[in-house]
Amino acid sequence: MSMPQEHDYIGLSEPLPSEKSSDKTTAAAAASNVERNGVFSLKETELRLGLPGSEAPERKGGVGIGIGIGIGVSLFGKDESKCVKSGAKRGFSDAINGAGKWGLSINGGSEVDLGQKGGVNVSAVKREIPPLEERKNEAAAAANTAPASKAQVVGWPPIRSFRKNTLATNTPKKDDVGGNSGTGTSCLYVKVSMDGAPYLRKIDLKTYCSYTEISSALEKMFSCFTIGQCGQGLAAKENISESHLMDLLHGSEYVLTYEDKDGDWMLVGDVPWEMFTDSCRRLRIMKGSDAIGLAPRTMQKCKSQN
Amino acid sequence: MAYSFPEEVLELVLSFLRSDRDRNAVSLVCWSWYEIERWCRHRLFIGNCYAVSPEIVIRRFPEVRAVEMKGKPHFADFNLVPEGWGGYVQPWIRAMAASYPSLEEIRLKRMVVTDESLDLIARSFKYFKVLVLSSCEGFTTDGLASIAANCRNLREIDLRESEVEDLSGHWLSHFPDNCTSLVSLNMSCLGSEVSFPALERLVGRCPSLRTLQLNRAVPLEKLPNLLHRAPQLVEFGTGAYSAEIRPDIYSNVAEAFSVCKQLRGLSGFWDVVPAYIPAMYSACAGITSLDLIYAAIQSPDLVKLISLCPRLQCLWVLDYIEDAGLEALAASCKDLQELRVFPSDPFEAEANVALTEQGLVSVSEGCPKLQSVLYFCRQMSNAALITIARNRPEMVRFRLCIIEPQAPDYLTLEPLDTGFGAIVENCKQLRRLSMSGLLTDRVFEYIGKHAKKLEMLSIAFAGDSDMGLDHVLSGCDSLRKLEIRDCPFGDKALLANAAKLETMRSLWMSSCLVSYGACKLLAQKMPRLNVEVIDERGHPNSRPETCPVEKLYIYRTVAGRRVDMPDFIWTMDKDAGNPEAFVSNGAVEMVGDA
Repeated sequence: MSMPQEHDYIGLSEPLPSEKSSDKTTAAAAASNVERNGVFSLKETELRLGLPGSEAPERKGGVGIGIGIGIGVSLFGKDESKCVKSGAKRGFSDAINGAGKWGLSINGGSEVDLGQKGGVNVSAVKREIPPLEERKNEAAAAANTAPASKAQVVGWPPIRSFRKNTLATNTPKKDDVGGNSGTGTSCLYVKVSMDGAPYLRKIDLKTYCSYTEISSALEKMFSCFTIGQCGQGLAAKENISESHLMDLLHGSEYVLTYEDKDGDWMLVGDVPWEMFTDSCRRLRIMKGSDAIGLAPRTMQKCKSQN
Repeated sequence: MAYSFPEEVLELVLSFLRSDRDRNAVSLVCWSWYEIERWCRHRLFIGNCYAVSPEIVIRRFPEVRAVEMKGKPHFADFNLVPEGWGGYVQPWIRAMAASYPSLEEIRLKRMVVTDESLDLIARSFKYFKVLVLSSCEGFTTDGLASIAANCRNLREIDLRESEVEDLSGHWLSHFPDNCTSLVSLNMSCLGSEVSFPALERLVGRCPSLRTLQLNRAVPLEKLPNLLHRAPQLVEFGTGAYSAEIRPDIYSNVAEAFSVCKQLRGLSGFWDVVPAYIPAMYSACAGITSLDLIYAAIQSPDLVKLISLCPRLQCLWVLDYIEDAGLEALAASCKDLQELRVFPSDPFEAEANVALTEQGLVSVSEGCPKLQSVLYFCRQMSNAALITIARNRPEMVRFRLCIIEPQAPDYLTLEPLDTGFGAIVENCKQLRRLSMSGLLTDRVFEYIGKHAKKLEMLSIAFAGDSDMGLDHVLSGCDSLRKLEIRDCPFGDKALLANAAKLETMRSLWMSSCLVSYGACKLLAQKMPRLNVEVIDERGHPNSRPETCPVEKLYIYRTVAGRRVDMPDFIWTMDKDAGNPEAFVSNGAVEMVGDA
């Protein structure tokens, strides 16, 4: 059987823009494909054995990759979830070569579910090593299309968050050093607690670009507490009903607050996003009733800062 | 014939045995030696707090005066272990408060410590002397205040890199005026400003103070006040190393440094203003340890500084040092044993500094005593690794992080198997190895074959198949800790080497291919292991058995399954299910198809 023709499965004919796109690594990878093959590839839509994420560079939360029709469209351009960094650099032909070589065979049906929550970061990429010539081409292609700032893999590079946070506030701005322009500090872990939840979480503020993003991420993260999905110790939440959850999602039951550099608790959303990430030390999902006193202080603080 | 060796004599002999390994060996000789040894063991090291229970420990060792304990897996440092995992010290403190009234020292790493625990420590142990909390969390400055106020004989309080909820700097003022016993104070991780007068007085009245590591909030201008009061300091960590450029501040600081003739270690240096660097030159001749990882000092200034430190043994620095600075290091510091180079901008794909593999090669060539390396860089080659291995066969710890996952040899585009292979083959004393870059099963073959003294191995984004894991588990005779992330290792190698896991402290695997079914099987086969599945997608029962688990933490234990787990962690059942099932699954087959 000859190598399948790469063609436009759905009938969309416009190729992806070949210029670098900043943080859409799949677009970049696709662009590399465009540069090499000149065609928009929809390999990702093929049904294949192997874990999702093993060949495709991106896994959308809640959607198994490699199934169904029309997935290809959403993989390119719509999705903003973080990309597995290691997948990004590989060309697609390499991905195809690598697909069959997993040490463990998995039933085709089961991995659909693996894409459910973004939590599984199965970015382990197996590949056979193509000959030098091909590798050089691939490296060249990848180099041409590498995005300016990579999406981050959790916990990589292996630097302790303690040091990261300290470095983040310590290193000089890029222009002082006379280096290239860049994103400057790139990682800021803060703790997120929720009233009534038995344990807290940590998130990296720098992975979000807006209040809506962080808000939906937190809703997903903490939803298991409100609907009693987790097994133990949530007696208080046993009576949570569907409507209660809806209240949470619509923001009327809980409010999101943060502690700033001065130690004051503020409502999230009042200041420009950059100012927020600069000054936020910690987040707390507070019961709405507890947060009533915050608003006037926020006003005062803004006044005193002006 | 009654042969009896007086117990007192044996006890005296045993008191010279400091190493736990020796003491453990002694206790296996016979029951009477076991008894004698256990009554005179005063220092305990518990590498995994869940490997044993407080009750068991206290029952066996009734006269303990110093405890050192570790909690979370190492990968917790990189946010791979979810919050709420565990590692609570409180049950231990409660138990020890009741049974070890003479306890003097507590050293904890990666554990959750609460104010309640600190308070209990402060009130329960009359002779308490040493508190070291390394990478711990869960407590506030209120807990510190309790320690300060109540421990009459406190010698050491070291909070290195702990996450402390900093309510105020007031805790320091809780040291009573008659506290003069302090030898070591490390508060570098704290954010709030402490009362400077209180700090001054404390430093002034503790004549044995040897280590003082300030936090960033202590301004440079105030340094002379402290150094003059403690000219005997051996280790000193500055606060923020910046001030207006004023000659009087400069000369005061320079003079203060010159007064401290015993200084051997320096750290701190947040917000460095280059103009003030020469102020510490007078200390350089004696310096053996320099920690500059918070100091954004550029290469030329670093070169100047380092060239004045001929006795340097340990350097922690940012990659601003660049290859040129490392060459200067290699030329000046012939006593160098340990080098750590951290990335100043780890999340940028493009290099912001001229630091490559060459810097490390230079140091390996120029520093004959180099044995411990942690190096972050953006390119590496097999040739460089081979050179380093040949230069330094006595290397003990080698940790290399190439920032891009699976980066190949940048010259040949091949995997870095032969490079790391050379490291393990030449460095026969290697005890710790962390690898990165493009690596196939081949490198694991080399490791299994040569790394016989290797105790800790960290692997990420490497390998092709279960053969890789099998090589390591079957070949590394001294392996104690194995941590793996994002590798295509699955059930076969794990189940085939199940017995090996009982000889190790722990195994961490995240984003690999170990199935839920295999975890259950493993737990059934090995009842003395806790097989903990960490999965935030909900109970593994809601997915097929063949589905890989998110994260897996396996450790040997005599304490049974733990009871303090959050609801996204499950310890696999040890009740032997159907013993036939294990064999018939074919999981016993050796992975022998290579």
